[in-house]
Amino acid sequence: MNKPFNEVAPLAEILASGEFVITSEIGPPKGTNIDKMLHHIEILKDKVHGMNVTDNQSSVMRLSSVAVCHIIKDHGGEPILQMTCRDRNRMALQSDLLSAYVLGVRNVLCLTGDHISLGDHKGAKQVFDIDSVQLIAAVKSLEQGQDIGGNKLDGGVEFCVGATATPEADNMDSQLLKFRKKVKTGAGFFQTQAVYDMVRLKSFMEHARKSNVKILAGILVLVSAGMARYLNANVAGVCVPQGLIDEMAGAEKGKALQKGMEIAARQIKQIKDEKICDGVHIMAIGKEEIVPEILEMAGV
Amino acid sequence: MIVAEQKPIQEIKTMTAKYQKILVVGCGTCVTVCMAGGEKEVGIIASCLRMALRIDGKDPQLIEDCIQRQCEWEFVDTLKDKVDGVDAILSCACGVGVQALAERFPDKPVYPALNTSFMGMPKEHGLWVENCRGCGNCGLGRFGGVCPIARCSKGLLNGPCGGSQDGKCEVSKEMDCGWQLIYERLKTLKQLDQLEDILPPKDWSTDRDKGQRRMLRGDVYYEQTV
Repeated sequence: MNKPFNEVAPLAEILASGEFVITSEIGPPKGTNIDKMLHHIEILKDKVHGMNVTDNQSSVMRLSSVAVCHIIKDHGGEPILQMTCRDRNRMALQSDLLSAYVLGVRNVLCLTGDHISLGDHKGAKQVFDIDSVQLIAAVKSLEQGQDIGGNKLDGGVEFCVGATATPEADNMDSQLLKFRKKVKTGAGFFQTQAVYDMVRLKSFMEHARKSNVKILAGILVLVSAGMARYLNANVAGVCVPQGLIDEMAGAEKGKALQKGMEIAARQIKQIKDEKICDGVHIMAIGKEEIVPEILEMAGV
Repeated sequence: MIVAEQKPIQEIKTMTAKYQKILVVGCGTCVTVCMAGGEKEVGIIASCLRMALRIDGKDPQLIEDCIQRQCEWEFVDTLKDKVDGVDAILSCACGVGVQALAERFPDKPVYPALNTSFMGMPKEHGLWVENCRGCGNCGLGRFGGVCPIARCSKGLLNGPCGGSQDGKCEVSKEMDCGWQLIYERLKTLKQLDQLEDILPPKDWSTDRDKGQRRMLRGDVYYEQTV
């Protein structure tokens, strides 16, 4: 069992300590009713080392990740600001980074972002002025006291910078090219896309271990066999092995979520015991209240 | 070439219903090749429009014509006499042609019969694809002749996103992942090492962000004044 995190240590410190790192996710609501989200923050804040706040996840317009990071901070948690390149140009991204910093946010996860057409504003103009590698470079530039236009800042930032990777991607060569660039640019930790196949995760880690970065394996809790099949059919870079689908399908009626939690806990335990990765990033998508139980089942 | 497609006839009808005498004019270049606004299509569009208006009890007079290029004054000017006698012009050219007519004939309303889609080419018979966004600063040499701005749905410069699977883009299983094409091409050319450079943010000032773009060739431009 991890020690309680009441006096939240900065994520950077935990990552450097060699401790098995656990992060999870908070999804901002579609609207201004934050009751459920606050409930999830309260449940998670003492159980995980950091809480990612998604940024208009799946291209669906929601409460902003900067605002929610600030709320988490206010409630004594350690927020990880997710920033995608889809909705803001380089000026807005840098401006939000400065804003997040003055609001006490110290961790940022730089992502490309889903395509606009996958979300709920399909006719919107997407931005992608810069890409995720260039966003990492922008954070690093702000840390040096200047913006990426080369202009001096009156007060810089200091972030623990992370990025994403896709261990089960079928285009692993080109994904590793991007991974190397993210490392070279200054990403210190990686949270991966959901992984289910430990053999493929180990294979990815053989490459990743050549770099001195921390890798947190993405654990997406399955809630049904249908979800597993959906992921395989529709989500790039996610591959649920048939064995797990069968296991989910074989769950007693009404017990599928319990089975999904067992699978997640088993994988977390394996990742920790075999030291496959430096930690895990648990995604429960709206069911954050199950995360503590999963951690207990996994014995972490 | 510029690829365009015909607007729904209902939309064309809505724009032109109030006019009695309309010049329907095609363009003999790009939109002829992509079978959207050439001589043949002018005939079809005019017939459809005539029928649609007649259903509403109107009896418009549609004059059909097609010039070589609607984007050059030399050809546009040949329309002058016909334009003088009509109430409005329906241009079956790309947006460049529509605007050329509007500029040359300031007292005539001009309407577009096509939606200008993109710069591209026919990949197969009846299938056109976009290959260039006209960003004004060509980087194709770096990317093995495959443009990440036009062919990656996010225009990424430093490699693929996580949405690529089986060589396809997350936007559609019909769409190739541009970055997979770039990677495979440079692998074939044994030039993958050139992808290792970390590219800085693109300078979009040569794109559309500075308003209407213009290009002045001094050697040609000043020749006429000598």
